[in-house]
Amino acid sequence: MDDVLILGDVKEGSLDMRTLELLGAGKKLAGDLGGELSVVLMGDSVSGAADEALSCGPDRVYKLEHSLLKGFKADLWLGSLETVCNKINPKIFLMSHDFIGMELGPRLACRLNTRLTTDCIDLSIDPEDGFLLRTKPVSGGNAISVFKCPGEPQLATVRGNVFKPAEAVDGKGEIVDMAPEIDESMIKVESIEVVEEEVVALDKADVVVAGGSGLGEEDGFEILQDLSNTLSKSFGSVMIGCSRVAVDKGWISSDHQVGLTGTMISPDIYVAVGISGAIQHLVGMIHSKKIIAINTDPGCNMFKVADYGVVEDYEKVIPALIEKLEELS
Amino acid sequence: MKELRIIVCAKEIPDPEAPLSDVSVDAERMEVIVDAPQVISPFDENALEAALVLKEEIGAKITVLSMGKKVSDTVLRKSLAAGADELILLQDDVFEKLDSHSIATVLADAIRKIGEYDLVLTGRQAGDWDSGQVGLILGEMLGLPCINLAREIKVEDGNVLVKKHIPEGYEQVRAKMPALVTVSNEVGELRYISRTKMLKMLRGAGTIPSWNSDDFVSVREDLQKMGIVELSSPPDMGRDCEFLDGATPDEKAEKLAAVFKALR
Repeated sequence: MDDVLILGDVKEGSLDMRTLELLGAGKKLAGDLGGELSVVLMGDSVSGAADEALSCGPDRVYKLEHSLLKGFKADLWLGSLETVCNKINPKIFLMSHDFIGMELGPRLACRLNTRLTTDCIDLSIDPEDGFLLRTKPVSGGNAISVFKCPGEPQLATVRGNVFKPAEAVDGKGEIVDMAPEIDESMIKVESIEVVEEEVVALDKADVVVAGGSGLGEEDGFEILQDLSNTLSKSFGSVMIGCSRVAVDKGWISSDHQVGLTGTMISPDIYVAVGISGAIQHLVGMIHSKKIIAINTDPGCNMFKVADYGVVEDYEKVIPALIEKLEELS
Repeated sequence: MKELRIIVCAKEIPDPEAPLSDVSVDAERMEVIVDAPQVISPFDENALEAALVLKEEIGAKITVLSMGKKVSDTVLRKSLAAGADELILLQDDVFEKLDSHSIATVLADAIRKIGEYDLVLTGRQAGDWDSGQVGLILGEMLGLPCINLAREIKVEDGNVLVKKHIPEGYEQVRAKMPALVTVSNEVGELRYISRTKMLKMLRGAGTIPSWNSDDFVSVREDLQKMGIVELSSPPDMGRDCEFLDGATPDEKAEKLAAVFKALR
């Protein structure tokens, strides 16, 4: 009986961290239900990852291999997952809340006529009726809501970096080959090309200097870049971040965006310049070790979550700051 | 060539940029209380902007659909001032606090009633419940090709061409229309609307069509509420901010430099 199923993701032949976290979350739920945990893996070649998954202790790993499943193609992955769910009828099905789960979750929920809760930060079983209790931040993070929904499978996508990854154990599970029932006619959205861009890995930064609408213009990021160059002499990896508004205005590309729909980060130092601090931005940087805010509005949200605040025009204070820092170094 | 028909789904919500002090949680009634003006959800404004860009490039008729227990036409008229051609409000008591699947059911029925369309655009997620489901479920219900997280939308020979946001960069994809596309903020913010245009639209004599569930919803019994069992405030994020004062920017910079030095 496959009580809890998780969708694993394979990156360069091995399981990604999110999958290990899902395994951790799934194992706990399966334990609470007194049931079994299974993993589904899809791709053109996932044997290595399947062995890796088994070592984390699930009862079963379903392996769907097909040349068409190479790379993420939503229409085909969806068709395959529909088959899997219809065959094994899991009580609970979990996916990661990444770009794959964000797209597959709602569409699968519709096809299986069940209800999905996205971006969950906690999951438990209601002891009275066995339903999945899904905890999720709402209203940008202004509130935490617990949902209980009808339908099977009980479907949720799970936020990254929240659940503890499963550890390797002496796995006794089995690998089950399953044939995906897919063909090219199922592709409604055709992929023409994947264009890789230079993207910043904000989550790897020691210091993030971020700007928002308070910069007033695109050129403001040049001043932030100057500060970043100076700081990088003392602080290791310094990167430029931004608020959603700065992206909307076309000032900077979205890989720099910090927040709920950007990157969630916790650097040693976060310098917020001209960012008023909409809640959906704050949830993305609130775990920074030190927060420094520069803003002309003393009443803005950012000062409420900052350790140090400077009420001043950034165009005046940052060049002066750069000068002082150069003197100190 | 036939004129392109675009339907944009836009939700009215309390301003998600509201200061923290104006937001509270009523745990008993399980409601988030936001003391802020109502606005169009930001990603839905991005979707409208994407539609307006297409209208400029190749011509299009844009219909905006907005649904809720009660929808303020003053908030939504902004879409007309920005350049949409038609606004339809879907209002009914039974539309209150519906789950994503039920909202998509209602929107799908409204879109079927409109009948003719080439593109359905929605924001990637709403700024109140952050669920990110309605657009894609709607696409599935209407049997359309679904494209998630668009950062640029073009139309060519009956196809929609989308730059879809992916972690490594973007994927250029193509689908035959009609199609559903959810829009991300890389598309750009909704264009500036002059005060004169806005006022003209607010004072405009034209009444905005409003449909209630009797007019178009096929199976009202299927509509379900969001299953909230508990709502609480998040852990306090506040820290004690030490303000670095000074008579001049230079003095403040000096103190800030000392802070950085201490953090090294």
